[in-house]
Amino acid sequence: MHASIAQLENVVKRYGAITALDGVNLRLHPGELLALLGPNGAGKSTAVSLLLGLQRVDAGRATLFGLDPQSLDARRRIGVMLQEAALQQSLRVDELIRLTMSYYPRPREFGSVALMAGIEELLPRRYGKLSGGQKRRVQFALAICGDPRILFLDEPTVGLDLGARTAMWKTLRALVASGCAIVLTTHYLEEAEALADRVAVMARGRIIAEGSVDEIRAHVSQRRIRCISALPAETLRAWPDVSQAEREGEHLHIVCGAAEAVLRRLLAADPELRELEVRRAGLAEAFVEITNDAGAGSVEQKEAA
Amino acid sequence: MDTAIAMSPARIARAWLVEAKYEFLRLLRTPSFALPTILFPSLFYLLFGVLLNGGAHHGGMDMASYMLAGYSAFGVMAPGLFGFGVVVAMEREHGLLTLKRALPMPPGAYLFAKMLMAMLFAAIVVCLLMLLAVTLGHVRMPLGNWSALLITDVLGVLPFCAIGLFVGTLVGGQGAPAVVNLIYLPMSFLSGLWIPLPLLPKFLQQLAPLWPATHLGQIAFSASGAGGDHRVAMHAMVLAGFTLFFFAIARRRLRRAG
Repeated sequence: MHASIAQLENVVKRYGAITALDGVNLRLHPGELLALLGPNGAGKSTAVSLLLGLQRVDAGRATLFGLDPQSLDARRRIGVMLQEAALQQSLRVDELIRLTMSYYPRPREFGSVALMAGIEELLPRRYGKLSGGQKRRVQFALAICGDPRILFLDEPTVGLDLGARTAMWKTLRALVASGCAIVLTTHYLEEAEALADRVAVMARGRIIAEGSVDEIRAHVSQRRIRCISALPAETLRAWPDVSQAEREGEHLHIVCGAAEAVLRRLLAADPELRELEVRRAGLAEAFVEITNDAGAGSVEQKEAA
Repeated sequence: MDTAIAMSPARIARAWLVEAKYEFLRLLRTPSFALPTILFPSLFYLLFGVLLNGGAHHGGMDMASYMLAGYSAFGVMAPGLFGFGVVVAMEREHGLLTLKRALPMPPGAYLFAKMLMAMLFAAIVVCLLMLLAVTLGHVRMPLGNWSALLITDVLGVLPFCAIGLFVGTLVGGQGAPAVVNLIYLPMSFLSGLWIPLPLLPKFLQQLAPLWPATHLGQIAFSASGAGGDHRVAMHAMVLAGFTLFFFAIARRRLRRAG
């Protein structure tokens, strides 16, 4: 069993009357990628800023490498990419990297930073003249330039095109393989699905589910069936076990419990049926189900569901 | 667990200097800061100190030297007030300060960099003014007075750094320029940097010791031999007091509010 290198223990954080974190426990181990998921206002950013020492806990304990997160010794081993950070507009990209490198005891090689972040061609340009996606890549370079043991990434791929996002994923996988731990908050569930060793789902200041991507997906027993068929969606909705049925052009989309029974009936009802696909619900469906369950206490949400 | 966390003193010193270098470069490349900061004092001095004032003497004061000293004090207040006030307000608002607090920037580097930047800008402002004074303003002083004035002004920027920092912790980026100007311009006038104090109404003269700029002005006038009350040590202590006071309360606010 690994020692944890970042930890929240029974942490409570309030902003006035609002309780942003309500007894959160979280551990991060070396070389793992932990994805923090949750709707807006769930407490993800608060959890991260407590681990970064940007805010203080009201109760409980936050530690980085067993130290106070505000201590310089702890901060020298982390890299950070915040959601909104207006860097110095009039500095060039290479200058921003060299400035950030100067804070660390043993930074990476300048050249490898640029390569890993895919920003070699941006180096001589002023930061203020870059596009949103390019700025994001530069911020990523600043996060990794100190050769950190933990990388905190808050929505790192927002605004990136597909190519840049894939490239960043590749770098993240390489970093994890080299022993770097990563805390990732993201709205893209496929990003968590593709990268995370462990997922923690937050809602209303609590962690409501935690585990591997497969474990989280197992919360959802439902299957999705997709096929081309002339059967009316209304008919299917009346079948037992079918929770949803929609038509989209010639395609039928069905969400159901036990797929086998529905499939038998489906094939019997329409001999012309083709292009049949069955899959287990993904992280996205699991996420919706888990966060809905967490809100089950409120009547309105039950009715809406 | 790895132990690669120690920073040698040389590396820390380097981090401070790198921070200062880029702080200076970035503001030098920001026309909305660099142009008014560097050019306004020279323009004002040319207009009021050279064109409208033909080397007159007033009550035993050498007006040409007086104008140079006054406008140099006026000029070096700007990099301190704006470089700290407006810049810190914007950096607070836009999240750069938050990022820097999460990064392992050596403590003190942030303020050191901005102070060095302000002193460099102050040196540029004063040298330009001195160039104009020698070529167009007919100012003739012994070398000792020139260097005393330069040192006064370059160090004299520091209390205004502290005041600017305090303003920067109070107001947002949008409001900061207005607030700073509201402090900067009236204080310059009330402190006798444009018009000698003895020519101001009596009650304004009595209020003058309240303004930090008055004390910088008096030292500058003494340094240039253009009058002043020659109580340099007293004025320097008052300025040091203003500096420490405003830095201290600004630090408290920065720590609390972030």
